[in-house]
Amino acid sequence: MTEQTARRPSRLFRNLNAKIASIPMILNALVIFLGGTIWTIVYSFTDSRLLPRLNFVGLDQYRRLWVTPRWLVAVENLAIYGACMLVFSLIIGFLLAALLDQKIRFEDTFRTIFLYPFALSFIVTGLVWQWILNPNFGVQHVVRSLGWTDFAFDPLYDSSIVIYGILIAALWQGTGLVMCLMLAGLRGIDEDIWKAARVDGIPTWKTYLFIIIPMMRPVLITTLVIIAAGIVKVYDLVVAQTSGGPGISSEVPAKYVYEYMFHAQNLGQGFAASTMMLLTVIIVIVPWAYLEFGRRK
Amino acid sequence: MSMANIAAPTIAVSGRDSTGPYGPKPRRMFSRRNIFLYGTLFVVAAYYLLPLYVMVVTSLKGMPEIRLGNIFSPPLEITFEPWVKAWSTACTGLNCDGLSRGFWNSVRITVPSVILSIAIASVNGYALANWRFKGADLFFTILIVGAFIPYQVMIYPIVIVLREIGLYGTIWGLVLVHSIFGMPILTLLFRNYFSSMPEELFRAARVDGAGFWGIYLRIMLPMSLPIFVVAIILQVTGIWNDFLFGVIYTKPDTYPMTVQLNNIVNSVQGVKEYNVNMAATLITGLVPLIVYFISGKLFVRGIAAGAVKG
Repeated sequence: MTEQTARRPSRLFRNLNAKIASIPMILNALVIFLGGTIWTIVYSFTDSRLLPRLNFVGLDQYRRLWVTPRWLVAVENLAIYGACMLVFSLIIGFLLAALLDQKIRFEDTFRTIFLYPFALSFIVTGLVWQWILNPNFGVQHVVRSLGWTDFAFDPLYDSSIVIYGILIAALWQGTGLVMCLMLAGLRGIDEDIWKAARVDGIPTWKTYLFIIIPMMRPVLITTLVIIAAGIVKVYDLVVAQTSGGPGISSEVPAKYVYEYMFHAQNLGQGFAASTMMLLTVIIVIVPWAYLEFGRRK
Repeated sequence: MSMANIAAPTIAVSGRDSTGPYGPKPRRMFSRRNIFLYGTLFVVAAYYLLPLYVMVVTSLKGMPEIRLGNIFSPPLEITFEPWVKAWSTACTGLNCDGLSRGFWNSVRITVPSVILSIAIASVNGYALANWRFKGADLFFTILIVGAFIPYQVMIYPIVIVLREIGLYGTIWGLVLVHSIFGMPILTLLFRNYFSSMPEELFRAARVDGAGFWGIYLRIMLPMSLPIFVVAIILQVTGIWNDFLFGVIYTKPDTYPMTVQLNNIVNSVQGVKEYNVNMAATLITGLVPLIVYFISGKLFVRGIAAGAVKG
């Protein structure tokens, strides 16, 4: 921090303690994050099976990946789950935040209730909803015993809609967080805007839609990135709720990677699949990073 | 006026008696707007509470009652047997000593992981905020970008590293993994906090001859307890709830609670005992729930920071 540089023995030893303290960060950044990522990408072009080996086969793993039904189902599921999760958690999160922003009583209590599922793990979430959606004991059974004997609501055992059963649980777990972020965004808007809109006689819903939401752009984008990053990672929820079933109909990419790396002993496929996941994230993150940080320069 | 509206309602209430009419015009309690507003909020709150309620009532029923009744009805006869069974005798397919094993494994994983990850990240953040050296920002950028990389990409290289240093399959290996993946967000948290502290404080300590570690231990550490609490909340809930790393980097003997819970509930052998399953699920969720309800606003601060982790 001092300005004199004359008596310093060597540049390397300058600020030595800080450098020693940063060794874990440097190692982590270079060896694990950078090195590990490059390692996986390189080995995704090899025919590694039980053990990684450097026998390059070009794009063979990727070609195999994109004709494997299990992977195609996983990608389709992720697309449906992702689109629904983005849309619904944004809408529900925003509506809840708007409700809580009406200067209501017991705001803290309601917020605590809406957010508590977020403290629970995906395993707990998945198992509870597996139980509630159980066709023989859960919602379907209860409604049937009330008189509607042909009522059918059985998402977890119906392969065409199983992903929506997972979506229900995911929304229950994750909307509280979106609500919290949105509420912070709403609170950041100047009260005078509201007064001006009221003086002009603009109805509340119009004020939200055409004035407040456009003003919340930064919060919305941050929330979007957070939800998107969570979508790609979805794994434990599926494992707990359906174990990928019935059959392979609720597989997701993260589960595919795990199965091929640690059970099918087909490392090359696992590496190729995880590289595809990385590619997806890059496609989502890069435009955002460009918009967020590129403009400032 | 706008100040009063933004400030907490308690301030408006206490200021009212001295300044006469103050704040917005009071609304009637049972206006149509209020009925709609609170009605919606209560229905939604009931929906969010429903799974917790179902967990509790199911875990207190006997199996015959579950087979006959519906999952939403309260137990006719309360029994704590499912809890006892879930804790001490439930089977995972490998062994039959219940969730207690997983619970203690999770404690043995969480405590050192929280301490190690926070110790590393706080010193790191401090170095980045107050003792910047050339290249530090580059490594920090790699770290933050790394937080967005799907874990699946780095899983296998870490397996190799852990195998090389002889920690693969042990609790300490998992502790190391949690420290690795907790580092980006925690470092960011601490760096931002230390940067916001007054520069004069640091300079004065330098003038008095304190060094890197002296300033950290005697000035920064005591002055930043709130951020340490936020970091602890973030890490305890995050590590306790982890499943992916637990299932990859530990062996059945050292599986954390989440993995063991999943094995108990989703095991294919034997008759399904739903009451035991729900008791086990509830026990596993209890630790983060207690942390959540005790910490309150600090938890919100923690996840607002932790949310960046994605």
